[in-house]
This record gives sequence, C-alpha cells and structure tokens, in this order.
Amino acid sequence: MSLDHATVRRIASLARIRVEEHEVETLRTELNGILGWIEQLNEVDIAGIAPLTGAANMALAMRADVVTDGGYVEKILANAPERIGDFYAVPKVVE
Amino acid sequence: MLTDLTIAEARDGLRAKDFSAVDLTTAHLDAIDALNPRLNAYITVSHAAALEQARRADTALAAGTQRALTGIPLAIKDLFCTEGVRTTAGSKILGPFVPPYESTVTAQLLRDGAVFLGKANLDEFAMGSSNMTSAFGPVESPWKRRQDQAAVLVPGGSSGGSAAAVSARLAMGATGTDTGGSIRQPASYCGLVGMKPTYGRCSRWGVVAFASSLDHPGPFARTVRDTAILLGSMAGHDPKDSTSACVPVPDFEAACARGVAGLRIGVPREYRAEGMPSEIEALWQQGLDWLRAAGAEVVDVSLPHTRYGLATYYIVAPAEASSNLARYDGVRFGLRHDGEDLRDLYERTRAEGFGAEVRRRVLIGTYVLSAGYYDAYYLRAQKIRALILKDFTEAFAKVDALLTPTAPSAAFAQGENMDDPIKMYLNDVFTVPANLAGVPAVSVPAGLDANGLPLGLQVIGKPFDEETLFAVAGAIEAAAGFAAVPQVRAGG
Repeated sequence: MSLDHATVRRIASLARIRVEEHEVETLRTELNGILGWIEQLNEVDIAGIAPLTGAANMALAMRADVVTDGGYVEKILANAPERIGDFYAVPKVVE
Repeated sequence: MLTDLTIAEARDGLRAKDFSAVDLTTAHLDAIDALNPRLNAYITVSHAAALEQARRADTALAAGTQRALTGIPLAIKDLFCTEGVRTTAGSKILGPFVPPYESTVTAQLLRDGAVFLGKANLDEFAMGSSNMTSAFGPVESPWKRRQDQAAVLVPGGSSGGSAAAVSARLAMGATGTDTGGSIRQPASYCGLVGMKPTYGRCSRWGVVAFASSLDHPGPFARTVRDTAILLGSMAGHDPKDSTSACVPVPDFEAACARGVAGLRIGVPREYRAEGMPSEIEALWQQGLDWLRAAGAEVVDVSLPHTRYGLATYYIVAPAEASSNLARYDGVRFGLRHDGEDLRDLYERTRAEGFGAEVRRRVLIGTYVLSAGYYDAYYLRAQKIRALILKDFTEAFAKVDALLTPTAPSAAFAQGENMDDPIKMYLNDVFTVPANLAGVPAVSVPAGLDANGLPLGLQVIGKPFDEETLFAVAGAIEAAAGFAAVPQVRAGG
C-alpha cells in the first residue's frame, strides 16, 4: 500500500503537524519506505491469535477511590504559560 | 583517580573515610567541566545541587546512617522528571519545562543517597539509535577507532549521553530507558553493562512517555555488580504506575557471583542473521565457550517469529508515541508557536517543536491507527507481538537464559546510517524482541573489534529473573576480563 501526496497531507493534518508543500514528497518517500518494509508482516499466519496489548499481560490492580495527594497550587502553576489567580490561562480550546 | 573507581569500590572508600563524598562529586564535576564541552554527554549539569547532595552524604556517612548509594555520583537520562531541574526529553517542544515532581526511579535513587551530577543527553523523546536526533546536539563517543582516530563515533542511543558519561568517567553510573534497545545498544557501543529489566520492575511514573507498553527504565554502569547495585535501588512496586509489578526486589548484587554451573543457556538460531560480521559471530561463540567452561550447558533453541520483531516494533512504538505525544500541543506548557487559529497553533507548535525522526514516527503512528488501517497494521502487529512472547515462553521452558550479540555492529560514525531511516532501525534488530515480550535483558562488554571498539553480548532471561541474568553476565565479565578504556576520559 503506497501513500500518495493527498494521504500524506491528511495524516499530517490528523497528527496536527504543519507540513510545508516542499516537504511532502520527501516525507512520502520516507513513509512509503517504512510502510513497504513493514509489509513483511503480512506473511505471518495470525489466525486465531489473540492480540497482546502490553508486555505485562497482567490484570490491573484496583485501588481505593480516595484523594491521596494534592495541595500543590504553586507547583502546578509553575509551568503555566500565564495565570489568572490560581488558574491556568490558555488560549480558548473549546468553542 | 577517584573517577576510575567502581560504585562498589567508592562505597567502601566512602565508608572507610578514604575520601569524602564532596571529594568524589568534585572530581566528577571537574571531569565534566573539562570534557563535556567536547562530548556533550550532559544537557544540564547541576553543580550546586550535586555538591549540596554530596555534603548531605558526608553528614550521613559521619553519622553512620548511609544507605546503598550514599555519595555515589550518577547521571540521569533527561527523560526522567527531576524536581526543580529542567527536563527536556532531548526535544525543543518541552521548552523551559521544570518538573515540579520527581520520577519514582530517581526519587528512590535519592532516597538511597545518590548524588545527581546532571541530566544526560538522549535522542529526542528516546527515538533513535545514535543520539543524533537530540535537539541539544549529538553526543561524541569517548571511544576511537584505532585506525581512524579522526572519526567521531556515536555512543549509540537513545541513552547516548548516559553511556558516554559513564564510559568517559563523567559519572559512576546512570539511568537510561530502553524502548527497543536504548540501554543495551549504547552499553554495547561504549563498553558498559546496561540492563533493561522486566517490564513492571522499575516504575515509569515521571518518565516522559515514548511507547508506554515498551518503555523500560534501567541502569548503566561499568561492572555487572555496579549495575546490580543500581537496579536494587531503582526497582520496586509503585502504586503510581498501574503497570508496576507488585513483586519483591531480591538482592541483585548477591546474584552476580552466583556462577552458571548447571544453567541451560539457549542459542536462538534465528539470531544468526545473514551478513553478521564474522568478529561478532566469533565473539558469540567465545561467549558460549566461556559459559560452557564455567559449567553451563548450551542448547539450541528457536524463536521463529523473532525476525518479525523489528517491523512489529515499528508499528507498535509509533502508534503509542503518536498517542503519548498528542499532549504536546502548545497550550498548557512547553513551546508555543502562535497561529491564526487554534488548529494553526497546534500545527505550527508541533512542526517547530518536533524534530524529523519524531515527526516521522508520529505520522507513521497516526496512519497505522487511522480508520480503515487499524486492523491491517496495529491489530496485526499486536497479534504478532503475542507470537513473539509465545516464542520466548516456549524457549524458557527449556532453558534458563538466552545468549545473543547485543548489536549487529560496533559503534558507527556520526552521519553514517542517516540516509535511510530503516538502516538506523536495524541497529536494534537483536534488542527489540525483549521489549515486545517484556522479558529482562542485559548487555555485557565481551571484547573489542578489529578497530578496538567494544562489542557486547546480550543475555535475555525469564520475567522477573534478573538474578540469573546478573549471574550469567557476571560469568561472562569474569571470563572476558574486559579492561579496555576509552581514549577520551577523565584523567586520560
């Protein structure tokens, strides 16, 4: 399966990464190289195999639903781009 | 020289008051000041904080309240969040981010008295095998080709700064992370011991995420015993990481001298890759001979799906990365590039903040997870991952550990393998399967190539049986007598 110009643009848009027009062709070649190499996986018989999502292969532990930590307003706001009182001030992200 | 001591030796010397923790830390900071401008192993050097930690270590030593690592100077891969010390992940996109918290692994090292010299350079978001993708510049390996002293070699990656620092005596040990070989391959290139423990053994909490189901924090050091000492401090259950394993931490250090008598060592026949350099093949046979001579039995085994490990990895890892890196959007922290609207802000910020390799992987990951392609790529890769784990499980029914080369070559020069991403990816062909299966693996220096560059052997073990890996690595270390030192080093 080979990516065309429009598909590269669509993937970049889904990934929210700006790609300049002059970069598309190089990216297309690189991505097709990687995807072409990955095609080797099609020769593996995977019938009846359950997917493995993680190496741990363990049941996640339950824990009590209680507050165990907190009270770090200043620490948390230390990396905020701007603050208004005890709140983060950021560009509007919800219409 | 104080900088040449092993961690075990320094621990004894500190307790005997042969020197102070301040002496030891100062010796390392002086070495960093002299050599880091050239090697670029550290992105951030914490002179004042390190000396303050060393003074506290001396107080503890005087009071007799020392712990396992009191006064031992370490390098911390700049992927671990360190409270009050800038953390970059080797990327521009985190901007001036200073974590307000300490990762669990580094908090445990501090609990045990370690001194943090600074934050070690790495490939951007740990994506690379050469340290060439760091936004803070490449790291120069302290090792030189005998025949070509002018060539600047890579230390390997992604934990290239950690490996270069420990090798050049700019730290006694270091933390790394290993998602596809990022501890073991640089350990092999730099003549160090590096362990990727079992998935779940070391908490990932506070480690900047690359691929969550594949990321493994682990230690580097110059000896097997030192590596075991570090892992003993870094390991343990952490309720803040839901994949952290609730299993006891054994005495890893005691396991190093256990010997290999009676152990069954498997040789996976599929690792005999075509085109493997003859000196690596010879070293592998030498390693098997050493283990036989020490009383182990060598057994042929098969891992039939291992040849698909790398291609599987290049679906799973980018998929998880594209998801993990979605948080870097320029809104709440880190770099921001303003745009015409919100979407433009996201796109410009991420274009400016991510380097070429990170961008490639995020795009691959986005594609393999996108509607219509998920089953063909991601789901198929997860099923092959299950087959790779099954191969290991079946092999470990017959043997106690596997022996393989760590990497298909010795260190290459800066600029080599850069023309085609897949060429760079192939460096990890022997290391990636252990990440997919979550089983522990260690690289131990075993010899030099014709150019005088280090070559490592890899021991792969059963889940949560790092003790056997330390025993096997200890036997190889004893037989190999690896005493080579890099040309560029403190006092060198």
